Amino acid sequence: MSQIKSALNSLTRGTPRSLMLYYGIFAIWLLTSAMHIPDGYLSPVTSIIMFIIVLPFWVMGVRKLREKMTAKNVPLIALIAAFSFVIMMFNVPIPGGTTAHAVGGALAAIIMGPEIATMAVLIALVIQAFFFGDGGILALGANCFNMAVVLPYVSYAIYQAISKNQPLISKRRIFGAALGGWIGLTVAAFFAGFEFGIQPMLFHTANGTPLYAPYPLSVSIPAMVFAHALVASPIEALITALVVAYLQRTNQSALEFVKKPEISPELSGFVRWRALWIGLAVLIVLVPIGLLAPGTAWGEWGTEQLSSRGLAFIPQGMAKLSGLWSAPLSGYDLPALRNSNLGYILSGIVGTIVIGIVAWLFTMLVTIRKSETKET
Amino acid sequence: MSSKRTGRSSFVERTLVDINATLEQSLFAEQTARLPGLLQELDPRLKILSALLVLLAVGVSRNLLVILVLYFLVLALALFSRVPLAFFVKRVWLFIPFFTGVVALPALFITPGPVLVHLPLGLIITKTGLTTALFLLLRVGTSVSVAVLLILTTPWNSVLKSMGVLRLPPVIILILGMTYRYIHLLLHLTNDMFLSRKSRLLRRMRGPEERRLIAATSGTLLNKSLQVSSEVHLAMQSRGFRNYPRTMDTFKMRTIDWLSGAVVIITVATAIWLGK
Repeated sequence: MSQIKSALNSLTRGTPRSLMLYYGIFAIWLLTSAMHIPDGYLSPVTSIIMFIIVLPFWVMGVRKLREKMTAKNVPLIALIAAFSFVIMMFNVPIPGGTTAHAVGGALAAIIMGPEIATMAVLIALVIQAFFFGDGGILALGANCFNMAVVLPYVSYAIYQAISKNQPLISKRRIFGAALGGWIGLTVAAFFAGFEFGIQPMLFHTANGTPLYAPYPLSVSIPAMVFAHALVASPIEALITALVVAYLQRTNQSALEFVKKPEISPELSGFVRWRALWIGLAVLIVLVPIGLLAPGTAWGEWGTEQLSSRGLAFIPQGMAKLSGLWSAPLSGYDLPALRNSNLGYILSGIVGTIVIGIVAWLFTMLVTIRKSETKET
Repeated sequence: MSSKRTGRSSFVERTLVDINATLEQSLFAEQTARLPGLLQELDPRLKILSALLVLLAVGVSRNLLVILVLYFLVLALALFSRVPLAFFVKRVWLFIPFFTGVVALPALFITPGPVLVHLPLGLIITKTGLTTALFLLLRVGTSVSVAVLLILTTPWNSVLKSMGVLRLPPVIILILGMTYRYIHLLLHLTNDMFLSRKSRLLRRMRGPEERRLIAATSGTLLNKSLQVSSEVHLAMQSRGFRNYPRTMDTFKMRTIDWLSGAVVIITVATAIWLGK
């Protein structure tokens, strides 16, 4: 016991008292600020670099807007941005009797997808910076990167990973929303800490006086990450999860919202592609028939039998569950044929089916990958 | 906004206070923006670009005195623009302690350097610590003052319209304008929701009850937002919106604008040169 005590003592003696004071006060500050970096914390060089970093995300967001630029999206984004702004004003009651603010970026991402969430949070940030002096104007790039890019993309990826293909009322959606909000904001805090922390390293006077945020990485990153992981991120998680749970009870279509505009073009592509494959399957079936016709098997094979078999199994097998369908059939049918020609053709069909399945799986993989890279 | 954390008022009250403060702030800004003053007369595009230049000068300066002079220039501009000075100073410096004072304070003690003052509890204020804390405070204070002064002397609509000079896509500007308008609608809605709940309360709510209420309010607000957005869409369509926003550009640079622009450029250039 005394050993533990002395170890603890030496540990606390190692850290300057002022540093502990600092952590305490910094944690309180974080509660009140919800991570809006004001001008003056970051050097103009850093600010410009942050603008350059977020620029592609803005281009992506604007392109996404234009792509689906039905007039419908304009008021939608405006309203979601306004919602995000108002949500940032809610004093969320947390256990222990205090309150704190959420950013709402995770929620916007879950409902509208990360690209459009970036634009919505960006717009809320611009209004806060210009109109309410909350968060700097030059620091807009950095604030946008942390709260409008990192937070929505990370939380959306986590939410999707946990709740993809789950029913709308699934409890996993609530869990995914909470975890996404928590990790998303904590990662965002890490980046904010990093932006603060590189300032004294890079920008100081000749005698070492820091010109901007004064704390090194070793202080700023743990301070930001721990304070957020313990207080601000749970609030983001809480409000995201609570609203998702509420939507499950009252307005489930809002949870599918991202699906409708985003997956439907993909889906229609898939449908078109499936029709192509069915057509191809019909061709494959027809080609052996053509080969068969001048060949031998007319007496042994009824055309009805053939056509019925061809129509019955191949198109559907190509469409879905083809692996399950083809394997028993080929095993069942081949011995019964007693015809090398037919067997060859049939194995050709089986081969085509196998290749088809591989291609189908590959395409699925690529499209999933593609949508994942879009998401993360 | 964070000063309301004290006391045992419920979160409903605190949120109500915050919402009303926000509404009040934007009303006040619209009011002062219409007063006949120095900055109100100038072209909003010029004002936005000048504000950015001044922010840049404040940002790059390595000289405390230069930042201080820039701050007093901003104060003088506020005075000539009929912005109530006490209000202006208070609005900036009352809210900075919460955001920056707390961050700057420990820097006094933990930045290594020559000792300036010994304090009880073994705390030491270093000279470098003092300088760095002052840098942070002055920079943040001046930057916030510039942003606040811009909005106190320019109607939000003009700010938006002139954002085109920053090469913002028109779609974004359109959305910004709509967002600002619907922030007010949603704030009023939220105000009503919380107020109606508060008027039915007989006792303090328990934690879980509070969280249920906040979830229901946020969710309702979200549903309402989605609903309003489709209504606005219909309204836009019925008025002939054709996927591309058009604005009337009525701004004209006059002699006084060109002159003020020249003054700003000279001042900023001098500040940057002196602050090197």
